[in-house]
Amino acid sequence: MLDYITSYLSSDTTPGQAGNMFWALVYILIVFGGVSVVVMAMNWLERKALAHFQIRLGPMRVGPHGLMQPIADALKLFTKEDIIPAEADKFVFWLAPLIILCASFAVYIVVPFGPTHAITDLNIGILFMLGVSSLSVLGVVMAGWASNSHYPLIGSLRSSAQMISYEVAMGMAVVSAVLMTSLNSTGTGTLSMIGIVQAQQAQHVWFVFKFFPLGLIALVIFAIAMVAETNRAPFDLPEAESELTAGFHTEYSGLRWSLFMLGEYAAMGAVSSIAVTLWLGGWLRPFPNLLTGSVFDLMFSLFPGLTFLALAGFCFLGVIRMPKHPYFRVQTAGLAGFGVVLGLIGLVLFAPPVRVRVQDIYWFVAKVGIFMYLYIWYRATFPRYRFDQLMKVGWKVMLPIAIGVLVLTAIVGVLV
Amino acid sequence: MAPVATTFFFYFLAGITLVSGILVITRKNPVHSALALILGLLAQAGLYLMLYAPFVAGVQIILYAGGIMVLFLFVIMLVNIQRASKEEQFNKQWLAGTIAAAALGFLFITVYMKGQALLPAVQTAVPVENNNTQEIGTLLYGQYMFTFEIASLLLLVAIIGAVVMAKKRI
Amino acid sequence: MTDPTAYLSHLELGQPDKTYLDTNELIINMGPQHPATHGVLRVILKLDGEKVLGTECVIGYLHRGVEKIAEHRTYAMFNPYVDRMDYVAAVSNGLGYCEAVEKLLNVEAPPRARYIRVILTELNRMASHMIWLGTHALDIGAMTPLFYTFRDREEILKIFEKYCGARLTTHAFRIGGCLYELYEGFEQDVKQFLDFVPSKIDEYEELLTTNRIWVERTKNVGKISGADCIALGVTGPVLRASGVKWDIRKAMPYSGYQDFDFEIPIGQNGDTFDRYIVRMQEMRQSLRIIRQAVEAIPTGPIMAKVPKVIKPPVGEVYHSIEAPKGELGYFIVSDGSTQPYRVRVRPPSFVNLQALDLMVRGSMVADVIAVIGTIDIVLGEVDR
Repeated sequence: MLDYITSYLSSDTTPGQAGNMFWALVYILIVFGGVSVVVMAMNWLERKALAHFQIRLGPMRVGPHGLMQPIADALKLFTKEDIIPAEADKFVFWLAPLIILCASFAVYIVVPFGPTHAITDLNIGILFMLGVSSLSVLGVVMAGWASNSHYPLIGSLRSSAQMISYEVAMGMAVVSAVLMTSLNSTGTGTLSMIGIVQAQQAQHVWFVFKFFPLGLIALVIFAIAMVAETNRAPFDLPEAESELTAGFHTEYSGLRWSLFMLGEYAAMGAVSSIAVTLWLGGWLRPFPNLLTGSVFDLMFSLFPGLTFLALAGFCFLGVIRMPKHPYFRVQTAGLAGFGVVLGLIGLVLFAPPVRVRVQDIYWFVAKVGIFMYLYIWYRATFPRYRFDQLMKVGWKVMLPIAIGVLVLTAIVGVLV
Repeated sequence: MAPVATTFFFYFLAGITLVSGILVITRKNPVHSALALILGLLAQAGLYLMLYAPFVAGVQIILYAGGIMVLFLFVIMLVNIQRASKEEQFNKQWLAGTIAAAALGFLFITVYMKGQALLPAVQTAVPVENNNTQEIGTLLYGQYMFTFEIASLLLLVAIIGAVVMAKKRI
Repeated sequence: MTDPTAYLSHLELGQPDKTYLDTNELIINMGPQHPATHGVLRVILKLDGEKVLGTECVIGYLHRGVEKIAEHRTYAMFNPYVDRMDYVAAVSNGLGYCEAVEKLLNVEAPPRARYIRVILTELNRMASHMIWLGTHALDIGAMTPLFYTFRDREEILKIFEKYCGARLTTHAFRIGGCLYELYEGFEQDVKQFLDFVPSKIDEYEELLTTNRIWVERTKNVGKISGADCIALGVTGPVLRASGVKWDIRKAMPYSGYQDFDFEIPIGQNGDTFDRYIVRMQEMRQSLRIIRQAVEAIPTGPIMAKVPKVIKPPVGEVYHSIEAPKGELGYFIVSDGSTQPYRVRVRPPSFVNLQALDLMVRGSMVADVIAVIGTIDIVLGEVDR
């Protein structure tokens, strides 16, 4: 038994490929827990960042600087009354958020946090990710239908039409990136996520910079299509409040609605992971080939620890600026404690054995974090597209450009 | 890579496929039938995986479960279903139907038994799954290029035809 | 049993088909409670799929009987009531009413009072346009300009609060002039405001004017021609955006507007984008007027010689001003007593709202909300 557990530690593949159930389970729990934490953090970050864009402060009361706000929200949603519309199809009503949630979370099986830091590495990795995330369209359609009401049905049909339209452009952009993986000595590409990043490593260039500007255009198309895919601003007409047809999740309350939101944030993270893996070099640190050498390696490996120390610094800055009133003692203490925890994590991340292993995960998560921040930025800045304009952009602008990029990539790949 | 619990998974997935097939035809509510069909298609994707054809499994999920079934659901939801869900599931001619189905089944089994010599020898699945995608790609764009283009042209004509028929004015 | 939908007969309904999602004409109700109707407005839409075939506005949810109240108050007592009609631009309402009564009494406010009135009214015009911009952008989906405009509107409200004690329903003017003298530091405050606001207006324009999504949502949406505007009696920025050069401040100047040098922005197409540009330019022109006024405030009394008990001679008067939303008119009939016989208010929003039907015919449902926002209505004015 112990043998089974320790035998994996000496291998250099993912647990899924090594066939080791125990470690696969451990990795699944870590990834699942990590995604849940990230979803809660995204909730908090969205409210704070949106508020700061709008020159206000956001949640400040529940916990220092609103850090406990997601927990308070979760508690509130748990304790809300569970209303099921009359004459709604109970089974489908119950099933819809589950499908969205499971589809969004199942995608994380193949997300590569490092060369061996993934739950498994399917050799159809990217195909699996696209396929499973397209199953969430089913959940959307079912949610609208099961609500047994006119407006949610229209909203869900619109939402799903939008999602499947932009899936096509997404797929084309993905294919053009996969095409670039085949430009190596053997001439065979790969669909596996880890393989795509290793191809970028072998070809000494992130695919966003390859055949400039083709890779960049493909990334831009994917980035826009992924925003439409996850029903976020500026493509959030089906779920906007001030529009006439309310969204597909109108009739859901309490915990069921929070499942939708969980699924939405998880899907955001999943498609951002695809974008990072395909174009931005996955877990590779910046300039892996340009700035080589042990000095640069050391410098870049200090980044995780420095990031956490910077966050701890912000916490202590917040502590200093807290009002000096007895009512704020608990909050000040909480923020200081949080800062201390972050600082300790940062210090631990400086230790050499930890430093080496955490590097890949850190760079991957940092890049995905940039995309998540971009999501919030878009929401704060852009007005909403009207539905017909949305579909027009998807079919008449995105798709032709994506096909054009694909063809040009193929031509340039053959010629060069 | 050694296969894991093959027999168990085969019977499990095949059982799901059969059960969902039965559910498709016995449910009153068309949406429940569609959901059962989705379950069956996903189980079938699992069976493809067991045959060391991961690409086909992935495409099954994307296209069939994620595309065609969505289309089915759209149509079901836009059509008046209240009338359909009140209809009788089985009409008075179930005896004649069962006899006809049994006769057809008997015919198929007889043909298979008698003509077994004509079928190719049973092939074990090639336990190398790394080049399923490459194999399909080479075949599709090499040997069957013409067929592939014809099929895509057909789909294009279908799309244009659907748009022309559905639009009120061009 | 009368048909409960008889009042909708002019919409020419077919026989509704009782299937679940028929593709015949659909009647949808944008109820009085809606995040985007700027108050309690009910709009009944007749749709064919996504296209709007006709609309019907049902108003009256905010009717408070202001005109009837006027018949039982003295002229001075009625002054605070007019602020509550267009509560977003209260100072303009007060200006119109006071000037109308002054016309009846045949007195004129002294020059200093006129300049104070102009400054406060133009500040109020800016505040009203800022609210319009924020809420209109919010309806179309851009959440952020709302907070930016409200932050800058705060400065205007601070000035009002220092001047007359109230931020929103100011009751700033009296019949015959102003009651309050300018407070110490008024010129500094206004000059400070004039210094920092142009860059803020540039900020709003930067967020929206060249934004592709904004342009696509507003160009060719809610078009109305100049002739239709005149036929319906639509005034204000809606009229000017359709190409008609009519501004009461230039055509029939009041309160000393003839002393100031400013332009009237005119649009060309009469669509939502032109109305947006016209209002943004109006904000800049207001800044010009305020700057000229603040640099040249004459000294002197702020109140004309008005009797303590206001008893205008028998007669009637109609006086209109250019409120931020259009032509705001007061028709006052006096029967010689201390209380008016009839006060009829011509609210710009009420008349402009009639153009909604013409503007949204043939567009989509999502455009209805954009057009309601661009007409710039305040239900307090529409219903009175």
